[in-house]
Amino acid sequence: MAEMAIKKKRPKNLDLPTIRLPLPGILSIIHRISGAALFLLLPFLLWLFESSLTSAQTFASFKGVVDNALVKIILLGLIWFYMHHFCAGIRYLLLDLHKGIDLKSAVLSSKIVFGVSIALTLIVGVKVLW
Amino acid sequence: MVNRILVGAHYGLKDWIIQRATAIIMAVYTVIFLVVIGSVAPDSLESWRGVFAGGFMRFATFLFFISLFYHAWIGIRDIWMDYIKPDGIRLLLMIATATVLVGYAGWAIRILWRT
Repeated sequence: MAEMAIKKKRPKNLDLPTIRLPLPGILSIIHRISGAALFLLLPFLLWLFESSLTSAQTFASFKGVVDNALVKIILLGLIWFYMHHFCAGIRYLLLDLHKGIDLKSAVLSSKIVFGVSIALTLIVGVKVLW
Repeated sequence: MVNRILVGAHYGLKDWIIQRATAIIMAVYTVIFLVVIGSVAPDSLESWRGVFAGGFMRFATFLFFISLFYHAWIGIRDIWMDYIKPDGIRLLLMIATATVLVGYAGWAIRILWRT
């Protein structure tokens, strides 16, 4: 009986091109994508961290890698991913505490997350990378 | 009437709590790290190593890495559970994820304590 209750038919709309994702939804999927990307690039980041600390030679090769323009852009993107994940995560912690769960505050807090994470990315990125 | 089968495994409360606890540890560390970097402004190997040479920063960084890897385990496992339906492939991906994360933890410890 319980099995049947769970398998009851529910209306579904998964026609992706017709779904317009609201801002909190965009924030949510970027939260997931940023987390996955940061996970996938962990070996690269750990390798960078290791070579930055190990010896004068590895430090020099670390500088060489980080001075590359393409690497700088990738790292700037990763800093944005980190900052977005950080800010959106704090928003989720507040939602867990039932703060800002009505639609208006949820949209407003999403805008704040995008604004603050991009500002932090520019401040930290420019200071660290250039 | 509650339409749920309330037998068997737990509902993931432990993971839910650990995901948030590790997030808070990482968030606090991020602020500490940015303040330290902002005030020390390391520009050489010596000053950069100096950041992690102190007992507090080394331990805090270690705690950050362990939190990061546990947090990543829960998040990536959620992604596999959401998108990968065949049990065999899902299990394989979970094992691979856990394996690399344990390896990363060993790597991070080696980096921090060799400095």
